[in-house]
Amino acid sequence: MSRTIDGAADSAAPAARRRPAALTMRFAFPAFAALMLVLPALPVPDFWITQSIYIGLYAIVALGLVLLTGVAGLTSFGQAAFVGVGAYTAAYLATTSGASPWLTLLLGVALAVAAAVLLGLITLRMSGHYLPLATIAWGLALNYTMANMEWLGKYDGILGIPSLVLFGVDLGTGRGLHPLVWAIALLAALAALRLLDSRPGRAIRAVKNGSTMAEAMGISTFRYKLTVFVIAAFLAAVSGWLFAHFQRSVSPSPFGINKGIEYLFMAVLGGVGHVWGAFLGSAVVRLVEDKLQVLLPQLIGTSGNFETIVFGIVLVVVLKYAPDGLWSFVGRWFPAPPRSKDWGSAPPLPQRAKPARGERLLEVDAVRKLFGGLVAVNDVSFELHSGDIVALIGPNGAGKSTLFNLVTGVLPLSGGAVRWRGQAIAGQPSRAIARLGISRTFQHVKMIPEMTVLENVALGGYGRTKSGVLQAVLRLDRAEERQLFAEAERQLARIGMAEQMHELAGNLPLGPQRLMEIARALATDPALLLLDEPAAGLRHHEKQALAAVLRQLKAEGMSLLLVEHDMDFVMGLADRVVVMEFGTRLIEGTPAEVQASPEVRAAYLGTEH
Amino acid sequence: MDLTIAGILALDGLTNGAIYALLALATVLVFAVTRVIFIPQGEFVAFGALTLAMLQGGMVPGTVWFLLVLAGAVTLADLLHGLRHRHPAGRMLKQALRTLAWPVAVSVIAVWAAPKGLPLLAQAVLTVALVTPFGPLIYRLAYESLADASVLVLLIVSVGVHFALVGLGLFFFGAEGFRNPSFWNERLSFAGLTLSGQAVIIFVASLALIVGLWLFFEKSLAGKALRATAVNRLGARLMGISSSSAGRLSFTMAAFIGALSGLLIGPTTTVFYDSGFLIGLKGFVAAVFAGLASYPLALVGALGVGLLESFGSFWASAYKEVIVFGSILPVLLWRSLRDPHVEDH
Repeated sequence: MSRTIDGAADSAAPAARRRPAALTMRFAFPAFAALMLVLPALPVPDFWITQSIYIGLYAIVALGLVLLTGVAGLTSFGQAAFVGVGAYTAAYLATTSGASPWLTLLLGVALAVAAAVLLGLITLRMSGHYLPLATIAWGLALNYTMANMEWLGKYDGILGIPSLVLFGVDLGTGRGLHPLVWAIALLAALAALRLLDSRPGRAIRAVKNGSTMAEAMGISTFRYKLTVFVIAAFLAAVSGWLFAHFQRSVSPSPFGINKGIEYLFMAVLGGVGHVWGAFLGSAVVRLVEDKLQVLLPQLIGTSGNFETIVFGIVLVVVLKYAPDGLWSFVGRWFPAPPRSKDWGSAPPLPQRAKPARGERLLEVDAVRKLFGGLVAVNDVSFELHSGDIVALIGPNGAGKSTLFNLVTGVLPLSGGAVRWRGQAIAGQPSRAIARLGISRTFQHVKMIPEMTVLENVALGGYGRTKSGVLQAVLRLDRAEERQLFAEAERQLARIGMAEQMHELAGNLPLGPQRLMEIARALATDPALLLLDEPAAGLRHHEKQALAAVLRQLKAEGMSLLLVEHDMDFVMGLADRVVVMEFGTRLIEGTPAEVQASPEVRAAYLGTEH
Repeated sequence: MDLTIAGILALDGLTNGAIYALLALATVLVFAVTRVIFIPQGEFVAFGALTLAMLQGGMVPGTVWFLLVLAGAVTLADLLHGLRHRHPAGRMLKQALRTLAWPVAVSVIAVWAAPKGLPLLAQAVLTVALVTPFGPLIYRLAYESLADASVLVLLIVSVGVHFALVGLGLFFFGAEGFRNPSFWNERLSFAGLTLSGQAVIIFVASLALIVGLWLFFEKSLAGKALRATAVNRLGARLMGISSSSAGRLSFTMAAFIGALSGLLIGPTTTVFYDSGFLIGLKGFVAAVFAGLASYPLALVGALGVGLLESFGSFWASAYKEVIVFGSILPVLLWRSLRDPHVEDH
């Protein structure tokens, strides 16, 4: 199964999770960077310098696809078109007006970003496959536009582009340009690594496995999808700018849809979940393509682009048998050390003022939900006061989880009202409700299996922190990150999981995963915690541990609303119990009252007729 | 533009639109049943047109060798799988026979019939018989073992399949383009408009296929099984409908529809080994218009694409592709406003 692109299967493959490591960064990265920057000064034949420049140019584009496809779970077949925007802008302005390369870079990037924003605004609110479909159309339309515009030279393109002159130095097209291309590629890789290990980076990773969990942590999934698509377009346009000055001519064909697919192929082949996969994939594709273009026509006897046969088949085979790409084999040599604990003295994150004990927190007032003709929740009302544990019980299909989704804004109400501390909250998106201090866990654990427990819990602190992409890339977010990890560790300690904070979440058994979700919810600094079947699938001693944790939370003043099936668990824990059956509220009372009720017995055990 | 020109353009657009409609229906069908966004749908169109052209020229079409290679690859994959899981030899043999029987039989017929110069209709039937098995073979090679992967992975696989098929198309058909003879050279005139016999055939064949598909889905058990799989894969599986046979059936139908579209479009334009991509993508624009879900909307969208294309080529012939593919943006905008909820996957 595809592990890297499909988040769901992630938990199965521990070997594949090598994250950007301190060790790699300390030794391998500087060594590699130094080599690439001084390569032109070494006695390397021109041919290899040219190849190396191509690899750098491709890697910049493929890097954007790694972020987009491997990290955010979206994809684009139109990256070549963004490269084209950067290249044609540079070519046109440099040949017609002799504009400064800085200006053409700025304009090319601005145009590509504008196109990406437009495409993203239109498609990213819908299912994930509309973006790639739109990028196919965009790639084709742009390519035909380039090929038919008189002022862009039609199919011949634009010739005679001057070489790059920066700060009075003519870089030429070979050995002089090489350090610039690679400096940009390496800086982009560094920026991507920093981004992935940051608040916005974790938000982008969270987007991949569906939007419900991310939104429940206060993350605008739409904003991050758009952000990562724009970053990918930005990188492609920068590569295009370099490409124009490297080739000194542009024509439509290198920016067509086939090239767009080839860029995706590079990312998938190299390892779409790894920053360095983009470099490895670009190198392999460039070098192999070069050989195949000579070899295959010789073998077959006529000229033609036969290498697409190999690329197509290899793409399918890689997705089937090695979805982590080639980097997963190389990455083994660069194991990731655990995150060094540098947050010991970090000041705590600010906390919200907690409601007074006994305050009426949540009012569920005649809430109703229709699915077509089916009444899933039928005018259910109850209240929850601060410091209480309220349990929502009922047989399967009683509408408990639906009610949860109505309270947390995952589903819209069909009727009635939900009030939080007197304010109506129905109709607000779930991220807004989360920011009011209502946090939740899920019936089926939703997490990012390839991140550590600590990082997963830090996701809960998203709404209490501020750093954006720029701060992350410039590492201006470190003080806040330390606060965030200190908070995450504190919450893990609160539920007794501090020992496991450096383990990958996907490697944990179900019980600890559920506890981790509670820690993540606690990291949002909630006033009310909603737990959806927290004890489901737990073993007996795990249930006891969970009950102890919840009692302790209550003792610390937390309010809880939980959906649960396990009666022993509920009856020993809850202050009040609401029983639902077929979408309606059957009875509400203390555990003793509910246990004594003949209606409840009838609902659970059936009646005599 | 006067009314006559508008009439000619409209008729032209509707004729092409009818073919795009078939492709859009196939795209929607495959997506609904298998969640595969089948980018290479257009390749079947090119293969159909080229196969007929080569039969017309008295040559053994490259499709024959292509088909045998695919069938051989599937047999080999089955064999390896069988050996690894220690299946009994009899079962593996039966499976190999089932895979190879049709491709080999139809290839033998094609090799025998190619130099004979059979009547056009017989060659058309042979073409469809040659191209249709591509569907299930491609499904088994590329998609079957990935049935539980995400839509995104399946889409990337589709792009890989497209790459491979176009390259192999170049190898088996060569770079030369062909234009097929009309099935019916009659020209019908009424109300100042001339309707070519080929256009009539396109309309009639498209309509017949749409009605046939409707009957298949409404009346036949296999059609109902496909619909059940489209609604709920797991539920259908629990009712004894295998998702992989549903997948094979939907791909068979897609290839059949593609081959037929190739026969229909062959006489109206010169077809090259890589022409299918653009033709298929126009069906795609229509399928996206339908949200990859609604057959009637796909039909409306396809006729719209055909009209847009013909009027676009009148006003700005160089930009007709830009106009057609650019039109997907307002379509997507409309869809996102109409149905804004974000699906969880």
